[in-house]
Order: sequence, then C-alpha cells, then structure tokens
Amino acid sequence: MAYSEKVIDHYQNPKNVGTLDKASKNVGTGLVGAPECGDVMRLQIEVNHETGMITDAKFKTFGCGSAIASSSLATEWLKGKSVDEALKIDNMTIVEELNLPPVKIHCSVLAEDAIKAAINDYREKNGMEKIKFEESVIH
Amino acid sequence: MLQLPIYLDNNATTPMDPRVLETMTPYFLNHFGNSASRNHPFGWAAEEAVDYAREQVAKLIGADPKEIIFTSGATEADNLGIKGVYEMYASKGNHIITATTEHKAVIDTCKHIEKLGGEVTYLQVQPDGLINLEELEAAIKPNTVLISIMYANNEIGTVMPMKEISAIARKHGVLVFTDGTQAVGKIPVDVNKDGIDLMAFTAHKMYGPKGVGALYVRRKNPRVKVTAQMDGGGHERGMRSGTLNVPGIVGFGKACELCMLEMESDAARTSKLRDKLQAALLQIEESYVNGSIEHRLPHVANISFKHVEGEGLLMGFNKNIALSSGSACTSASLEPSYVLKALGLGDDLAHSSLRFGLSRFTTEEEIDYTIKSITDTVLKLREMSPLWEMYKEGIDLDSIEWAAH
Repeated sequence: MAYSEKVIDHYQNPKNVGTLDKASKNVGTGLVGAPECGDVMRLQIEVNHETGMITDAKFKTFGCGSAIASSSLATEWLKGKSVDEALKIDNMTIVEELNLPPVKIHCSVLAEDAIKAAINDYREKNGMEKIKFEESVIH
Repeated sequence: MLQLPIYLDNNATTPMDPRVLETMTPYFLNHFGNSASRNHPFGWAAEEAVDYAREQVAKLIGADPKEIIFTSGATEADNLGIKGVYEMYASKGNHIITATTEHKAVIDTCKHIEKLGGEVTYLQVQPDGLINLEELEAAIKPNTVLISIMYANNEIGTVMPMKEISAIARKHGVLVFTDGTQAVGKIPVDVNKDGIDLMAFTAHKMYGPKGVGALYVRRKNPRVKVTAQMDGGGHERGMRSGTLNVPGIVGFGKACELCMLEMESDAARTSKLRDKLQAALLQIEESYVNGSIEHRLPHVANISFKHVEGEGLLMGFNKNIALSSGSACTSASLEPSYVLKALGLGDDLAHSSLRFGLSRFTTEEEIDYTIKSITDTVLKLREMSPLWEMYKEGIDLDSIEWAAH
C-alpha cells in the first residue's frame, strides 16, 4: 500500500512534535487510543484565557505513518484557531487533506477524538463543563 | 557497491539463484513436452528431467525419489498431507494434534477438518516458541491419527525438536506431518533421522521458482498413504493429478542440489551476519529478540522495539529495505501477529516487531546499512512516541485505562 505524498511529508517532517506542561491551567491534554490497537495519540493545546484562541499545539503519536500524519496535521490546523472553531474540525477533512485510504480512516478519527479530549481537559481544568460528544465516529 | 532496495524478507520468498533459472530455460522452450506423454521424444525428455529433479529433491531430505509428490507449493502440500491422512485413516481415528503457531495453511486446513467432524488439539507454545513435549504426549488419544508440527517457524525462525516429537508419535503409533517450508534447504533435514512421515516444502523459499513444491510421503516403516485431493489423470502415483510443472520441477531440483552443496557455508555466513545485525539492534534500549535464540534458523531474527509501532517503523525505511512487520497492519487487518501473541507477547510488543530473513545473497554492507537505518528510525519515532515519554517518566503503562477503539 503506497502512502500519499502528504502523509510521507508529515511522517518525515512532523510538525509540532513535543510536550506542553500538562499541569498548566492553560494547557489541555488529550490522550486517546490504546497500545494494543497499535496507536496512541497525545495532543495538547495551549489556550489564551482572554481571547479563547489556541496559541500552541503539540503532539506525540505511537502508530503508523497515517496516524503520525493525522496528528501532525491536526496540530497545524489548531494553532491560531479559537477553541470553538477547533471543535468543528472533522475527521473527514483530515482524510481528504491526507488522501487516507479507507483502512486508515481510523487514524483521522483518533485525531478528531484527541482534539475533543484536549478541549475537554482544558475546560475541566478551568471550571467549565465537559462537552458531551456523540459517538458519531466509527471505531 | 551497495544497491538499494535491500531485500531482507527472505522468509516470504527468496530471489531465484541464476544457476536455477539457467537449468529451467530449456524446459520452457525446446523441451516443452508433457512428462506424461509416453510415446514421443518430447514427453521422454520431460519425464527424464522430472525423474532427475525428483532425485535431487529426495536427496536433500534423505528420502527415496518415489516418496516425493510434486505439488504447486507448500500450501497445497500442507492440504494434501493433512486432509489426505485424515481421509485415508478415517477408520483408525479422527484426531489431529497441531500448534497455535503453525502457518495458516496448516491451521486453516485443520479448521476445515473440524468442520468435517474431525477433532483438533491446538497446542500452546512456550514463551520461546517451542512446544512442550509432555503436553504433546498428554494430548495423544486413542483416536489420534496425526501430529502436525512445523519444522521451523516462518515468523520467528524457531526450530522444533522434530526427533523428540517423532519419537513420541512413534511410541503411540501416530503419524508425523511437518511443514518444512522454512527449514528445508537452510538446515539439515533428514526424514529418516528426524522420523518424519510426511513433509511439505517448496522451491521458492530456497532460491527456486514459485509455483512448485512437494509433499514427502513415507513408503517404508510405516508405509503411509494419503487420499488424493485432486481428481484427474492420476499423476504422482495417483496422489496428485495434474500435468507436472516441468520447468518448475527442474528448477526445484537444481535449487535442492545447490542447497545440498552450499547449505553449510550459507548458514555459516548468514548466521554471522544475522548475529551482527541482532547484536547491533539489541544495543537499542528496550529491544528484544522474539522466540528461542538457541533453537533458531541461522538466517532469521525477529526483534521488537518497545514503544514504537511496527508499521510506522517500516515506513521509515521501507523504500530502501524490504522487511516484514509482526503487526499485520500492512495487510490491512490491523491485527498483531498471532504467532507473537502465542508467545505471550502483549499486543504492544507484537505491534512493534520486525522480522529479518537473510539469504545467500545478503552482504555485510547491506547489514551495516540496515543497522544504521533502523536505529535512526527507532530513535526518531521514540522521540515522537507518547508511550516512550511515559515509560521514561516511570509511568506504568499497564496502569492506564486505555480507551480501546
């Protein structure tokens, strides 16, 4: 199975690999997936309380090239967006952008889940209610 | 000069030895006859070539040429051997003993037999990949007709104690079938010394062509018979009908002859390179060899790199190095290898493994390149791995409630 050029590029030059201080109130952390399933994604956002804008995003991913590319792309998209806008990122946009084959759609689902988990972590830390997401995504 | 890509997936298939191809060419062109054509020179030439190849094949495994049944490959030979015995010995019993780490061609054949009403025991293996001989003996029942244990495993290279297995079988009057696909041509296999009654093997794992294999069927002490699984002209002593693949068989014969002559030097050379590769990769923190190190094919190593995922790892170099991962993500099923899981490896380690299979043609330069390439990729991916970071922080990964998806 050949990878798309975009996946290869993200794999070779991943954007925003790293760790933010998860103890900080400005930082939301989402850890999704499971080692048994062959992919674990940790996605972090740093939010400016005043403006509600995402000022930084980092990831670390254990998984195949498509999982790495999906999370790398997600961090790129998150930076500079408001939290509300970030909630609208849909896994299918990631699929389209990276030309993921059907067997790799779960990688994009995982990235979407990681974004939502990070936002909820940030909300919880700052006294806001967690958003309940529908189980819309295919697992 | 190092030539890319490098091929280290020789358990999947080997390149053909050019000397093998050379012997085959005339049988595609001038000597194209059907070996069953008894009344003209085209047929005679083909028959003569097949007879000669049969001798070459038999000699490699210490058999009599009459005990070799040519097939389309090892999968067919597995099917014919197991189903053939099951049908032929139906009046004696219907129980087969095999192991969980067998090749799919054996496992699925056994599953088929279960559907037909047969009874199959799948022995668990020990963490080193070997079966427990006491468990084997304990599994034998009055209705047991066959023990089917592979000679050497295709994923981890573990070599089973065939002599001990067959001694137990003989004591209880049970036949022994072995899938010898990975072992024949690589290590000494002798059907008499090893006490094997039936054995499947194939040309394309020993520098021969694809599409041709053989089933060894013992003719003396005891005389073994199998029920044919293919109806037709009664070729191969009635056990496998179908026009013989003459050029393929000629190539198979030559490949066997070359293995006979060169096995010892090939094994010495590949094991030295394999050991170099393994030692270098074990320098990487948290890397492990899967399966027995002692009872193992000389050219095989299966290594797990904890906290990096196999498919992601392969992507780091698979344009330049052909390897196989224990994680079958590559075949789109997202399941980690059932063989590695049978060793008791967690899914995470099973997902993180690479299978190395060296060949007669592997060079030291290729191994040096591979060591560097894989080391660099593992280190790079660990920098990117949340599991590695947690491991380094001393977090017990098993204590985390993962949201399995």
